[in-house]
Amino acid sequence: MSMIFGVPLAVLSGQLLIGFINGAFYALLSLGLAIIFGLLKIINFAHGAMYMLGALVTVVLFNTLGVNYWVALFLAPLLVGAFGVLIEYFLLRRIAGQDHIYSLLLTFGVALIIQGVLTNIYGVSGLRYAMPDMFKGGFKLDFMFLPYYRAWVIVVALLVCFGTWFVIEKTKLGAYLRAGTEDSQLMQGFGINVPLLVSLTYGFGVALAAFAGVLAAPIYSVTPGMGANTLIVVFAVVVIGGMGSIGGAIITGILMGVIEGLTKTFYPPASSAVIFLVMVVVLMFRPAGLFGKEA
Amino acid sequence: MSQSPQKDYEQLRVSGLHAFYGESHILHGIDLVVKRGELVTLLGRNGAGRSTTLKAIMNMVGRRTGSIMINGEETMSCAPHHIARLGVGYCPEHRGIFSSLNVQENLTLPPVVRSGGMGLEEIYGMFPNLYERRFSQGSKLSGGEQQMLAMARILRTGANMLLLDEITEGLAPVIVEKLGEVLMALKKKGLTIILVEQNFHFAAPLADRHYVVEHGQIVEEIHADELSAKQSVLDGYLGV
Repeated sequence: MSMIFGVPLAVLSGQLLIGFINGAFYALLSLGLAIIFGLLKIINFAHGAMYMLGALVTVVLFNTLGVNYWVALFLAPLLVGAFGVLIEYFLLRRIAGQDHIYSLLLTFGVALIIQGVLTNIYGVSGLRYAMPDMFKGGFKLDFMFLPYYRAWVIVVALLVCFGTWFVIEKTKLGAYLRAGTEDSQLMQGFGINVPLLVSLTYGFGVALAAFAGVLAAPIYSVTPGMGANTLIVVFAVVVIGGMGSIGGAIITGILMGVIEGLTKTFYPPASSAVIFLVMVVVLMFRPAGLFGKEA
Repeated sequence: MSQSPQKDYEQLRVSGLHAFYGESHILHGIDLVVKRGELVTLLGRNGAGRSTTLKAIMNMVGRRTGSIMINGEETMSCAPHHIARLGVGYCPEHRGIFSSLNVQENLTLPPVVRSGGMGLEEIYGMFPNLYERRFSQGSKLSGGEQQMLAMARILRTGANMLLLDEITEGLAPVIVEKLGEVLMALKKKGLTIILVEQNFHFAAPLADRHYVVEHGQIVEEIHADELSAKQSVLDGYLGV
C-alpha cells in the first residue's frame, strides 16, 4: 500500500474526508453565525441549539409522521427558521442596541431552556435516524471507500454555502444585507423595512444551522446536547475567519475541518486542541481574524 | 397619495418639537413650516440642533415630543421607513456611502418611494464622474464623489422633499459650485429642500428663507429679500 509521510494513503484520505465533512458543517454553522452577527450585531449562542433542533425535528417528524429525509431537508429548516423569527420578534428585538453581553446571555439562556426541555423529553442517550436507502453503499475508489451519503453532505453543504455567498454578494437583497450591516439606521431612513429584514435574517441564519442539523442526523448521534459540543468549535472557527465575513466563514470552516482531520492522522492527541491553537495564533497576529476588517 | 398642486401647499410643519438623546435634551420646541418647492436653510452654530432637527424629522433620534406633519399627515408615530415613503429623501452629514457596495449598488439601493424620480441616465448626466466610477467600491471615492453619490442616491427615489445635512462640508470650491448648480436645477424641478448649512455664502443665493437655530430653538426667520437688512442680526447669531 502506498504511504505518504509514513502514513498509509487510505488512512490519510479517510481522515481528510472526515475533515472535509466536519469542515462542511463548520462552514454552514459559522456562515449562519456570521450573517446574524453582521446585521444584528449579536453573538448567537442559541446557534448550537438550532442545529440540534434541525436534527431532532428530522428524527421526530420521521418517527411520528413518517416524514422522509427529502421533505425534512426543507421542512426542518423552515420550522426552525420560523421559530427563530419568533425568538427575534419577541425577545431579541427588546434588547436591540444594548451591549453585546445582553444578547449573548439571552441567546445562551434560550439555548439552555431548549436543551433542558428536550433532554427531559428525549433523554441524553441519543436517537437513531436510519440512513435513507438510496444513500446506502458508496464509491469504491482506488485509495479509499467514499460512502454516498458523505459525498452528498460535502456537495450539498458547499452548494448551499456558495448559494448564500452569491445571494449576499451579488444580488439586490444581498446589497440590503451588506448595507444594513454597515448602517441599518440609514437604510431604514431610505424606506427599507429594516425590522423585517432583521427578523428574516435571524430566521435564515438559524435555518442554515437547522439545515446542517438535518444533514447530520443520519451520521451523528442525535442528542439534545449535540449542538452545545459543536458550538464551541464553531465559535473558534468564526473568530479565526473574522466576525461578520461571509466568504471568510465558509473558507475557514472547511480549512479548519481539514486541519483537524490532518492532525488526527499525524498527531491524534492534538486533534481536539488544534483549532483552538490556530485561534490563539491568529488572534496574536490578526486580532480581527483572517478575513475580518481591522477596526 | 393625494397632493395638491398649488405653490403654497404646506409640505412640512414642525411644531413644538423636543428631542432627547438619552438624558440630554437637544431640541427645545422647534417650530417651522416649509412649503412645496421652497428651499429653506437651517443656519446656526455647531451644536445648535440643526442636524438633530433633520434626524428628528426622520425619527432617527431617541425620544421626541411635539408634532411633525408631512403633507398634512402626523408622523410622530411613524417608523423611519414609513417617513421615507412619504417622499422624504435624507442625506446625512457623514454622507452614509456604504463602503462594501460599489457606486451603482449604492445608487440603486434606496427603493423608489414615488414616481417621477430621475432615471440612472439622467443622474449620470448630472454627475458624469459617478458614471466613470460606477463599478468602484464606495470606500474608494473622494469626498466630493461621495457627496455627489449621496445626493444622486436620493434623487433616483422620487423623493420630493430633500433633507440635506452639511453637503458642502470639507469639499473643494469647484465641487461646492457644482453642488450649487445641482440645487438650482432641483429647485427648478419643484423639489422642496431643507438645507443645513455652515457655508452661508453658498446658501444665501439659493435659499428662499432662512431659519436661525440656537440652543435647540428657532430664534429668527429671515426671508431672502430681508437678508441685507438683517445681516447684522444674522452675523450676531452666527458669530462671524
